[in-house]
Amino acid sequence: MKKLMLATAAAALAAGGAMADVKVGMITTLSGGGASLGIDTRDGFMLAMEDANRDDVEVVIEDDQRKPDIAVQLADKMIQSEKVDVLTGIVWSNLAMAVVPAATAQGLFYLSTNAAPAQLAGKGCNSNYFSVSYQNDNLHEGAGAYATQAGFKNTFILAPNYPAGIDSLTGFKRFYEGELAGEVYTKLGQTDYAAEIAQIRASGADSVFFFLPGGMGISFLKQYADSGVDLPVVGPAFSFDQGILQAVGEAAVGVKNSSTWSKDLDNEANAAFVAAFQQKYDRLPSIYAAQGYDTANLLLSAIDKADVNDDAAFAAALKEADFASVRGEFSFAANNHPIQNVYVREVIKEGDVFTNKIVGTALEDHANAYVDACKM
Amino acid sequence: MSTILIIEQVLNGLQSGVMLFLMAAGLTLIFGVMGLINLAHGSLYMVGAFAAAAVAGVTGSFVLALVAALAAAALAGAVIEVAVIRRLYDSDHLDQVLATFALILIFSEGTRWVFGSFPLFLDIPDALSGPVTLPGGIQYPLYRLALIGVGLLVAFGLWLLIERTRIGIQIRAGENDREMIAALGVDISKLYTLVFALGAALAGLAGALVGAIQSVQVGMGEPVLILAFVVIVIGGIGSIKGAFIGALLVGLTDTLVGIFLPEVLKLFMDAAPATSAGSSIASMSIYILMSLVLIWRPSGLFGARA
Repeated sequence: MKKLMLATAAAALAAGGAMADVKVGMITTLSGGGASLGIDTRDGFMLAMEDANRDDVEVVIEDDQRKPDIAVQLADKMIQSEKVDVLTGIVWSNLAMAVVPAATAQGLFYLSTNAAPAQLAGKGCNSNYFSVSYQNDNLHEGAGAYATQAGFKNTFILAPNYPAGIDSLTGFKRFYEGELAGEVYTKLGQTDYAAEIAQIRASGADSVFFFLPGGMGISFLKQYADSGVDLPVVGPAFSFDQGILQAVGEAAVGVKNSSTWSKDLDNEANAAFVAAFQQKYDRLPSIYAAQGYDTANLLLSAIDKADVNDDAAFAAALKEADFASVRGEFSFAANNHPIQNVYVREVIKEGDVFTNKIVGTALEDHANAYVDACKM
Repeated sequence: MSTILIIEQVLNGLQSGVMLFLMAAGLTLIFGVMGLINLAHGSLYMVGAFAAAAVAGVTGSFVLALVAALAAAALAGAVIEVAVIRRLYDSDHLDQVLATFALILIFSEGTRWVFGSFPLFLDIPDALSGPVTLPGGIQYPLYRLALIGVGLLVAFGLWLLIERTRIGIQIRAGENDREMIAALGVDISKLYTLVFALGAALAGLAGALVGAIQSVQVGMGEPVLILAFVVIVIGGIGSIKGAFIGALLVGLTDTLVGIFLPEVLKLFMDAAPATSAGSSIASMSIYILMSLVLIWRPSGLFGARA
């Protein structure tokens, strides 16, 4: 892909065209455990870029291997030798924290396709930093709001013991009004949840909320389904993503999860995106692909309005969010994080494929809890 | 905190212990007999899980999947022994660590090329799915009981093999003095390949059995590998009996401290910091256990050599 883009750029140069006006550096995870997330981010982003078919934008893509030190090296390389104007693509919050503040301090724009930690939304906000995905707490807040709407009175909540896990349970509790039957922090990367499931069984809970991204969620759901505990389960979309659901199988069917996007979301941009993605890559898109696609379209809309070298004008152009988001109505709050709906999805089986459908709205036009803390 | 919950947690600890034993047994055999530190043991665990998931996906049979896991892991083990490991027996441990670490990277990216980046699906067989009610009204997943049973059976089989067969005698002799048994006419290189394949097959079996209740994904072996190293350090390097006792100790400590420490801390402090501090300390518990064992017995519980 990188070669392809470089080749296009070289061809443009050879044809006597000018150098690309805007150079975008994408740092994302393309190998190792979390590769499926980065690959979807890249594929969604590049789908929008190729649809636009423009020769004034060039994209360089590098693999951060999910390692903060590698991400920092790549960012330095892209800033200093590739001279990129915009960085994007990082999946993980710890990598974003290592790269984003340094990049924006050097006058670059950073558009987040996924990671959006609280630090960058509140005190650490920056006029050159935009989160196109969400603020990290949003989906957990949506799950809390749904638990309240569903009338749960005694929820058992669990998440891994690391910053995003603690933020998750805090976000859930911000919108959940019932009692807690238990609050458990598991080890990061834990693969066996027998002990926690036994605690859930003994706790007298009426429902379970969990945030266990990636393989952790697969393990939990399979083991939960086999345990004979049949309390309703709620979680954020991360554990019910298109790539993950096929590995969980029947165990996930019927589970409710909160998400800002779903493939059946009824708007024109989304229908076109889902069809084009399937046609090009022969699989269903995930939320990461949707966020990558939106990020590219937002960037293109701003390039049409302003010069990327004029920081204030370009930031203003981005903030207008003048693009057709696959998530429907979309705008930016004062701290450059989205105002959008958080939906409730249910896992269903469509033919042989496990996927999600929207069954309700947990939060409407929801921003985030850090807007007031951001002094831009 | 009811008795039922405690018994259930003890069963969970046992189950994770016997699965750890399958990993640790191969690791300790390879270290004991050949003096080799094999970091790629976790990759063999992953190979077993992926082979099982692939075969189960095509045939739908869990038994065939297990056979495939054993065969694929043993084959992978034999191949890397002949191609790479054989050259490392006389090198020092740092070279072995470097070379076997390279094998981890090769296996991980190779698996990703073949199977893609998305986790695979491997389900437990229908006959073993769902919970059973044990005496005393304890609901416990049947599959996990089966895992405990299989683990104990394999442990017994290994004991028979090591203590009661000719090959076992050669393996024990190889641990004590490899020059001498070579001089006595035992084909030492064939014995090494065999031991390596046996250890690999056990890791592959563990990967397939555990893969059915977890996520079959690239890199799944490394967290287990770390635990398996803790187990063999506690049990004494080279000792199968030590690996068995060590695995059960680690499994039980890991499970029980993780559950009960936050509850104990809640007696002294607020719930939220108690759960967070409790789980942080709990994740250190097995390493604390390891340090205590090493202070008491520097060569591990059943270690022969200091």
